Amino acid sequence: MPTAIEVRGLTKRYGALAAVDGIDFSVESGTVFSFLGPNGAGKTTTTEILEGLRRRTDGDVRVLGLDPWNDGAALHRRIGVIPQDFRFFEKITAREAVEYYRALFHTNADPARLLAQVELLDKIDARFDTLSGGQKQKLGLALALTNDPEICFLDEPTTGLDPHARRSIWAVIRDLKRSGRTVFLTTHYLEEAELLADHVAIINHGRIIAAGTPGEIIRAHGRPERITVEAPAELATYLAQRLGVAATADGGHVSVELGDKRDALKVLQAIDASGLPWDSFETAHDTLEDVFVRLVGQMDDGALKQEARS
Amino acid sequence: MNVRHIGADFRVVVRSYLRNPVALFFSLIFPIILIGLFGLIFSAAGSGPVTVQVLNEDHNSPVSQAFLAALNNTSVVKVAVVSDASVTPSNFGSWLGANDDPVGLIVPDGFASDYENGTATNLTVYTNPSDAASSGTVLGAVQGVANGFNLRRACSGTACSPVIGYTSENVGSPVYTYIDYLIPGLIGFSILTSPMFSMVDIASSYRKDGIFRELSLTPLTRAEWLVSRISWYVLLTFVAAGIMIGAGVYLFSAHVHLTLGLLPFLVIGPFFFVSLGMLAGSVAKTPESAALIGNIITFPMMFLSGTFFTVASFPPYLQDFARVLPLYYVIDGMNQVMLFSNSGRALVDLLIVLVAGIVVFALAVRLFKWRDE
Repeated sequence: MPTAIEVRGLTKRYGALAAVDGIDFSVESGTVFSFLGPNGAGKTTTTEILEGLRRRTDGDVRVLGLDPWNDGAALHRRIGVIPQDFRFFEKITAREAVEYYRALFHTNADPARLLAQVELLDKIDARFDTLSGGQKQKLGLALALTNDPEICFLDEPTTGLDPHARRSIWAVIRDLKRSGRTVFLTTHYLEEAELLADHVAIINHGRIIAAGTPGEIIRAHGRPERITVEAPAELATYLAQRLGVAATADGGHVSVELGDKRDALKVLQAIDASGLPWDSFETAHDTLEDVFVRLVGQMDDGALKQEARS
Repeated sequence: MNVRHIGADFRVVVRSYLRNPVALFFSLIFPIILIGLFGLIFSAAGSGPVTVQVLNEDHNSPVSQAFLAALNNTSVVKVAVVSDASVTPSNFGSWLGANDDPVGLIVPDGFASDYENGTATNLTVYTNPSDAASSGTVLGAVQGVANGFNLRRACSGTACSPVIGYTSENVGSPVYTYIDYLIPGLIGFSILTSPMFSMVDIASSYRKDGIFRELSLTPLTRAEWLVSRISWYVLLTFVAAGIMIGAGVYLFSAHVHLTLGLLPFLVIGPFFFVSLGMLAGSVAKTPESAALIGNIITFPMMFLSGTFFTVASFPPYLQDFARVLPLYYVIDGMNQVMLFSNSGRALVDLLIVLVAGIVVFALAVRLFKWRDE
């Protein structure tokens, strides 16, 4: 599959501060790539460099084979960008906005069709200042599609939206992928990334700390799958002795980490054979969010300890 | 420069504007208010005689009566004799003040006998320094009539009738009044203020709201964007000028010499000030500092470029300062074509604004950034 975005050693410095510190990643065409990170991690800076809105300090960046800063005009004809908190001319209607972009991009996009695609057809003649937050984002999305882009950059497109509006933006993102476009999605909603993204990269303090498919990241950085039962603390000791597994007791619950899914049966048999009273069991595994919180937390704790030592 | 891009942006600007009642009010109704206000204030002061309150302490004498009649006949002043017996020369000044009368005259007791005996006699004229026009008129009229009486006293009969007389006419054309000078000034005022205030605001608020960022992702260029805004303000200037000329003609019977020579000023003027507003807004870091920079540039020009008062009436150092202000050349050029039919000087004015406009436009396009470094 061809590569839509290729980033090697990308660095952006503001004085002594490295907002982005030598990162590498690539995005395959036709996939949804999600770029995750806490606030101030370097997400927006990286995204703006890819969009040609910000100049990089160092490294090599190719988007559709073009240098975003030097070939900005050519690149902008082939990409669509929806920024965080999209703003437009207040008194202009959704239809007029699409017509405006259509004239600027010299395309013959049909306003009704585009607005239907982002589920905003009912607001086609509403002025921008009368639209809700979610509707404004949808119009931003429609405008970003006016030039039939090969890559769509969505910077936190659902931040601040209600659950219904978020779901309808997700539906549009799935449509974009189905139509063969590459989607570069920045978000800090982890379940959004887990639901939509083929590949994920997590950035913190300007560095990529994990990358891969959501499943790969969870397997590599998450805790093993575990089984939890309501039982007295003695059960933990019993299981540790009998099976040699890591078992912990906490507040009337006993948790056992499973090396393999098939170990679940053995553990349940042992619990039953213990003769101790036990009740309702559940299995749990880390989500992308758990992994994210742990990875970012570990890194920040480490940084704090290092700071305390020095 | 792509005309289709400019056209698309121009349509957005026009729609945004027409759907904003406040902006529309300021651009179209404000000129009428301005011309009405200044027309009323200054036309009233300039037309009709000035009423002068006269305390005649020599009221029975035929000479004092004749003097006051002669004063009245100048038609620039209207004599009103004070009949209130409580008014005396010692409280006349405060009485004038209390009655809001700007000018007064005391004819002293014994005026007639002193005149006939050839003894020096003294008229006292009260004026209000804040009303220079009335003061000047009354002093001039009293002096003129006194000279006539002195002359008649010195000569007998027709032996020495005055040799030099004069008639009064206005600069430009005999029929011009203040309102005729005001119209070019107010068109200039509108050329300055509407683009300056809104472009400074747009330059900073569009940046803050990320609208420039949106536009930078489209094929629209900064120069095209600026040309679209200039086109809009040129259109607005034509409409505002039309309204002001119309209001001047219908409300104050202004005499306007409509000439094609006016058109280049209505194009080059907005071209200069839209670019200047954009430049001012681009160098500012925040909307607040942008507004401040805009005001610092706009306010001196608003009053010192010949908008409401002709620059010739300023003290010399202020006249020199006015000649540094671009709006001076816009207004002077319009005065030259609308009042004095002096196309040579108008052309020089136009070239100065055009060259300055090209420089400011180029600087604005260069310094105003769509995207960050």
